[in-house]
Amino acid sequence: MMDEYIGIDLGSTAAKVVVLRGKELVERFVLPTGWSSRRTAEEIACRLAQSGHSLGPGRKVVATGYGRQSVDFADRSVTEITCHGRGGRYLMGRDCTVVDIGGQDTKVITVERGTASSFLMNDKCSAGTGKFLEIMANRLAVDLPELFTLAAAGKPLAISSVCTVFAESEVVGHIGAGARREDIAAGVVESVVQKVAGLCTRHGLGQTVALTGGLCDSSYLVERLSQKLGRPVCAHPLGRYAGALGAALIAREKLATSEGKRDA
Amino acid sequence: MTASTLHLPTDFETYSEARRAGFLRMKALKEAGARVVGIFCTFVPTELIYAAGALPVGLCAYSEEPIAAAEADLPRNLCPLIKASYGFARSDTCPYFYFSDFVVGETTCDGKKKMFELLGRYKETYVMQLPHRRDDAALAFWREQILAFQRKLEDFYGISISEAEIRTAIRRKNRERRALKAFLELGKLNPAPMSGYEMGTRLDAGSFSFDLEGRCREIETRTAQVRAAWECGKTSRRRPRLLVTGCPNAGVREKILRTVEELGADVVAFDTCNGIREKLLPVDEENPDVYDALARKYLDIHCSVMSPNDGRLADLGQMLEEYAVDGVLEIVLQSCHTYAVESFWIRQFVEARGRSYLNLETDYSQADTGQLTTRLAAFLETME
Repeated sequence: MMDEYIGIDLGSTAAKVVVLRGKELVERFVLPTGWSSRRTAEEIACRLAQSGHSLGPGRKVVATGYGRQSVDFADRSVTEITCHGRGGRYLMGRDCTVVDIGGQDTKVITVERGTASSFLMNDKCSAGTGKFLEIMANRLAVDLPELFTLAAAGKPLAISSVCTVFAESEVVGHIGAGARREDIAAGVVESVVQKVAGLCTRHGLGQTVALTGGLCDSSYLVERLSQKLGRPVCAHPLGRYAGALGAALIAREKLATSEGKRDA
Repeated sequence: MTASTLHLPTDFETYSEARRAGFLRMKALKEAGARVVGIFCTFVPTELIYAAGALPVGLCAYSEEPIAAAEADLPRNLCPLIKASYGFARSDTCPYFYFSDFVVGETTCDGKKKMFELLGRYKETYVMQLPHRRDDAALAFWREQILAFQRKLEDFYGISISEAEIRTAIRRKNRERRALKAFLELGKLNPAPMSGYEMGTRLDAGSFSFDLEGRCREIETRTAQVRAAWECGKTSRRRPRLLVTGCPNAGVREKILRTVEELGADVVAFDTCNGIREKLLPVDEENPDVYDALARKYLDIHCSVMSPNDGRLADLGQMLEEYAVDGVLEIVLQSCHTYAVESFWIRQFVEARGRSYLNLETDYSQADTGQLTTRLAAFLETME
């Protein structure tokens, strides 16, 4: 059987898993991370076994994401910055700048000659991350897809605080003043877009900009970010898996047996 | 990337161990009648303190512990080094501050300058006015400040300082500079002969020996040992070679320097005030005017409080080559405006020379340890 390369991206909110058989993507799935990343890692091993990818000889695993150290069956762990860079490059098919809006941090990664060469990450603060949107959606009693639908129909209200906790009180203020939910939602998305764009400008962008992470499924967010940056932002349907894909690609490149290398 | 624990020599003392060990030495010295002057910065000409028969002691603080006390008077959004130094004084928990006869501040950055005004409530604080450029007017002004500092020492201790005493102090300090510089230049050896974590710790810890000649001998011995071991080929490895620049790093040495070396890099060079920056240029022993010699030396320290500060880039450029640096790690302490702004030039300069660059803004807390580790690991991955 051809060797398989498994990439596991254990993020703060969701765990993303892909399996490459040689060059072919044969399996992918997402699990919520839950409270214990060790437990999530065990669940991933079970899911892999159920779908015919039991861990063992002929399968190499690279783990990434903030919970990467909890995947004790991984052959290697690599940071999410390198993996998102690699995965984003693979999805775009060329060197690019990868913008990853993650559950707890946002990063801008320059990819040159196929690999991450420099990066900038937001400070230890959830503003401008998925967590910010999650908290605000919760406050507006909607889920994330609904938040984006509402936002698309709204006129953004100002949410200017750079701190998530203070921004939440701003939202509460808007609710108290009887503002439209659509306008508040638009303001919330605008706040994230502004912070992400600020990080992009600070780091510098290349010709091609790829958005990765769970939020790239929102066409509204992609559109707003494109407008703010003044250039198209590409969101691949597999963008959510960029980190896991990058991990699997690194497994194929660094851990392949000579047999596996011939197949790939 | 798999982390491994640093191998340190058996006699290795951490910075806080050395600092604590110095307390008793300092107490004994005071009981024997020693004069002690507290200082905060490499801009203060310690030659004059030695010439006054006194001992300088560094009071810059690197611990998180006194920060809460400092925040009773100082804004939270201030450099941790300033807050920690003040906090020790305010909570009366630093024996070195306690044993200082008086302390000398300097108008380097705004945060320190204004903090010294408050510090004066706890101990007599004398402030040297440092000009922030390097033209003739600044030099003349700084020379006057050095003379005024001498008068301060003379008045305070009721002594008079002779030119011969200053010249002796200049020679003693130059020897120390040469010894420390030679030790730091071990980092030029490739592969790296020792851990940068050890190197930096030894340098900072040595300041608590209060025996200038003893310290020189110790550093010279260690330099010879390390060089001999390297020549026997006991330490050969190929890892990314990093230069550390920016703010003083003793307060973040564990969470940044130790971590990055455990992740697989070698810190080989320090362009910092607790590194080689002040050691590059000796005081000119031939200059017939000792005050001019001191003024020229101390005005030519390439700290970001100076404007313009092109000398730092020139030093950096030379170090990138001489130490065969692969990547530059710039550490900026939270709210240090001059280093934070100047990092624009540093990044541009480093990247134009094809080296990797990472900027970390941090404080003395452990809150960002996880994030810093990820950034450092990713930084090393970009150099693989």
